[in-house]
Amino acid sequence: MEIVAGVVAASAPLIYAVVGETITEKAGVVNLSLDGSILLSAMTGFAAAATTGSVVMGFLAAMAVSMLIAGVVAFSGIALRLNQIAVGFVLFLLAKQLALFFGDPYIGRTGPQVPAWDIPLLSDIPVVGEVLFSHNLSVYGSFLAVIAAALFLSRTRRGLDLRAVGERPEAAHARGIAVNRYRYVATLVGGAFVGMAGAAVSLDQIAGWRENLTVNLGWIALAFVIFGGWNPWRVALACFVYRGLLFAAGEFQVQFPEFVQVLTQLPFLLMILALTVLNTERFRRFADRFPRLRPFLAGEAPTALGTTFHPE
Amino acid sequence: MNRLRSVPLAIVIGIGATVLLLLAAGAPPLEAMRLIFDGAFGNTSRVAATLMAWLPLVLAAAGLLITFQAGLWNIGVEGQIVMGAIGAAWVARTVPGPSALVVPLTLVGGAVLGAAWALLPALLRTRFRVHEIFSGVALSFVAASVAVYLIIGPWSRVGVASTSGTDLFDERTWLPTAGSWRVSPVALVVAVAAVVSVLVLLRDSRFGLRLRAVGRNPESAFLFGIPTGRYTVAAFGLCGALAGLAGTVQATGFHHKLVPAISGGYGFLGILVVLLAGFRAVWIAPIALFFAAVQVGSTQLSLRLGIDSSLAGVVQGVLVLAVMIVGGAQVYSAARGPVVTGEEEG
Amino acid sequence: MLHQDPLVFLPFSVLDNFLLGAPGGPFLDRKLGRRALGETAARYGFDFNADAPTRSLTVGERQQLEIARLLWRGARVLILDEPTTGISEPQRVELFAVLRRLAAEDLIVIFVSHKLEEVEALCHRVTVMSRGKIVGRRTLPAPRDELVRLMFGDIALGGTRPEVALGEPALTLSGVAVGRRAASPYPDLTVAAGEVLGLAGLEGSGQRTFLRLCAGLEKPGSGRIAVGGRALARQPYRRFLDAGVHFIPAGRLEEGLISGLSVAEHFELVGGNSSFIVDRAAATAKAEHRIAEFSIMGTPATTADALSGGNQQRLLMAMAPDEPMLLLMEHPTRGLDLGSGEWVWERLLRSRAGGTAIVFASSDLEELLRYSDRIAVFYEGGIIAVVPAAAATASSLGLLIGGVMP
Repeated sequence: MEIVAGVVAASAPLIYAVVGETITEKAGVVNLSLDGSILLSAMTGFAAAATTGSVVMGFLAAMAVSMLIAGVVAFSGIALRLNQIAVGFVLFLLAKQLALFFGDPYIGRTGPQVPAWDIPLLSDIPVVGEVLFSHNLSVYGSFLAVIAAALFLSRTRRGLDLRAVGERPEAAHARGIAVNRYRYVATLVGGAFVGMAGAAVSLDQIAGWRENLTVNLGWIALAFVIFGGWNPWRVALACFVYRGLLFAAGEFQVQFPEFVQVLTQLPFLLMILALTVLNTERFRRFADRFPRLRPFLAGEAPTALGTTFHPE
Repeated sequence: MNRLRSVPLAIVIGIGATVLLLLAAGAPPLEAMRLIFDGAFGNTSRVAATLMAWLPLVLAAAGLLITFQAGLWNIGVEGQIVMGAIGAAWVARTVPGPSALVVPLTLVGGAVLGAAWALLPALLRTRFRVHEIFSGVALSFVAASVAVYLIIGPWSRVGVASTSGTDLFDERTWLPTAGSWRVSPVALVVAVAAVVSVLVLLRDSRFGLRLRAVGRNPESAFLFGIPTGRYTVAAFGLCGALAGLAGTVQATGFHHKLVPAISGGYGFLGILVVLLAGFRAVWIAPIALFFAAVQVGSTQLSLRLGIDSSLAGVVQGVLVLAVMIVGGAQVYSAARGPVVTGEEEG
Repeated sequence: MLHQDPLVFLPFSVLDNFLLGAPGGPFLDRKLGRRALGETAARYGFDFNADAPTRSLTVGERQQLEIARLLWRGARVLILDEPTTGISEPQRVELFAVLRRLAAEDLIVIFVSHKLEEVEALCHRVTVMSRGKIVGRRTLPAPRDELVRLMFGDIALGGTRPEVALGEPALTLSGVAVGRRAASPYPDLTVAAGEVLGLAGLEGSGQRTFLRLCAGLEKPGSGRIAVGGRALARQPYRRFLDAGVHFIPAGRLEEGLISGLSVAEHFELVGGNSSFIVDRAAATAKAEHRIAEFSIMGTPATTADALSGGNQQRLLMAMAPDEPMLLLMEHPTRGLDLGSGEWVWERLLRSRAGGTAIVFASSDLEELLRYSDRIAVFYEGGIIAVVPAAAATASSLGLLIGGVMP
């Protein structure tokens, strides 16, 4: 069970990232800067925490940076009507380089880490207690993120409005919803989660800073958002399973050295699978026959993903 | 959109941001720029290094021009460079014979493998309507993974399965150099030929014209009788071939072995070059040279002033971002002006 | 406002569509929504499965959902834009019953339609609009002829066309139906060389699909299409082009031309030349020649988007092959001033004299009556009548377009 707990804890950064990007994409915006944003906020978080000695400051700094980047993506796409893909991509490269540049002096330093905190009472429950309740705030936060995002999107009024914005902006506009405002907010909130992802790596999972700290985390997150069908529960599940598989591959590295290599590609292959098979009309009709299972089977992109909307 | 106005302003902003960054890192700006220039062009061996960085970059950028003209975002170009390098490496390792035979074959092998790898996102797009950004990213990672697999597996150094790379290729397979200069004239010729060919292809040929039609308005292009699917695939294939050549230059011209980071980031950087050049072929070569110079020259910064060489990447990124944003802001403020409603008239 | 294509969210459930946009607390009260949906539905005779994806609803059912939602939100004025397009007859009857009830409940119901019979059956008063202006108000019942006259204006039939001997069949359709579902097929049709077939009917009644089928841009579900005797039904578009079919869409810049490319480049793209390098000088010269021939106001270097609408149309026509077998045009003179329109027809008649068959869609009755040999009237996606133009009058055409069979 220690293994399961380890997997759960190690998934926290990825969970933050996919949840954040899911929210952003549900509103119709693609934040391609994700990978660079995570790296930069990981560095910033670590630097801030190492300098001030406070983990909280680290998280806040990380979130500030990633929200700034997300804000630029949103602004360029919405107000300036630039191609959000292009801007996101350039920001990805830029953020990555900035992280390396400013992070140089922090390589090898030690900094504060998120302190462990077993939840009293709950952590004594056999099995479940160790898996779920014997971590630290960062990991608990990732649980909350998934739950909050899922509840928000499916149960709240504003969540429904947000989904409408990403699905059919003209119709949402006709119902009095401020389309672009939702897009800004969704991108910024998503950015905040991305920041937490970065901080979760540099202040918890792999404490410290070095080059390539958050290996491809952002791209994996983007892939899982697609494969998880833009559904917080599914993306979280995908993250857990993936990390579990990675762990297994690590254990069996001696017997099956190639397994690790294949696994690192898995998110992307799954994403392609999702895009080709799961998004076709035939599969959708198949899924429609099981309304209860629909949230788990259907994985359609928000129809207006990547488009711009301008009320005349 | 009048880009000509935005570029000088953006460059000013870019330089300004760089100066600020340098100051923030504790380096005197003028001194830093002098060092970069010196680092790139200071002596012949440095000029050679700059050119060796320019070659794969300009090849990748030239290829990307083709896909951009077709309206495509070929982010998978990184993977195509890697596969090209793998192709060249395979030829170098397995084909016997004199230099005159093997060297051209490495170029062919690189181009073919790069093109083949590029056909994957092409088919995924035309058959399954998968956006080439996602398939491109995915396949780039797969390619990198294949490279690592080869390096620590079948092609590993005897007794040492390390990620520092394979054995050096046999010298006869290296792109031939002239005297003590590290740059291969063969590679230079290939690169210049490629850039000129792309320029002619895109600007003057019927293929280029049709490609532009497909990129701008696929429906109308189809109406004219242009087979849009075939042109999309062709664009990917050509770009992949050029990226593959870049990979060959990296493998047999520069590293002389296969290493994990064989693509050197030149694919992504190539996208930046094209964006900064405003998709105009004429500007590819000089901008690529500028980027290469900054890249190579900034190693001097780290040696002398202790500034991390990633400053190069920052400068490149800031410049492109500035150009995009300033350009967008100008369009925005222009669009806010008096709007002329299009009353139809004869 | 109820749009012709109801602004619903297809992947969301019926219940969520119903609730979306309604004020309330932070959390969605689905229980309340379910109840409200059930009550509203029951009141007006609708029947919804609250959890089904809206995608699975027919157009008529989506309309009902929207109406239910608007009513629940307290709408006092309901505007319906061509609501009976694409719904079945029983659904139409249901809809009218609901609308009558709403009117009885003191709601204001504005019913936008071109279908005379429906307007007569449902409405108390009618306001007729034509070309953006209100041209008349009547209390129903009113004489049909008068309504038609108001809708389409007084047609002064002037000018005769030169007689042209009709030649070999240029276009033949038999048993052609759209799509795989058993939609009723078009009547068998033959258009001879030198014949002009006009397609009448309100926008969106199926003319576009018909033209695209004949152009080879869409494939029929069944039936045979032959151009010049060659069977082409499910062949690739290329074959149609080779057979001499040329299609000019209504969206001149969006669908027919390419923004950013110059006039000369457009000619190069459709010209038969297959040299590898484009000879700039020759292309410019050819463009200048064509520009003069078609009186296009622009230079070879002018980009398509910089041309005015009329010149765009001239460019599109200049891009057609010299003697096409079949010319298909979607709204040839829409948005053009009188002079440009006449010029277009002058050229079309010239082609016709050269043996080209012409099929064109138009919402201008005068144009249809003046230039067509025969007129096919489209209604609800199919052809309901094919009449010789000589025997038709504005009023008879107007009635047909309004869905009134003689």
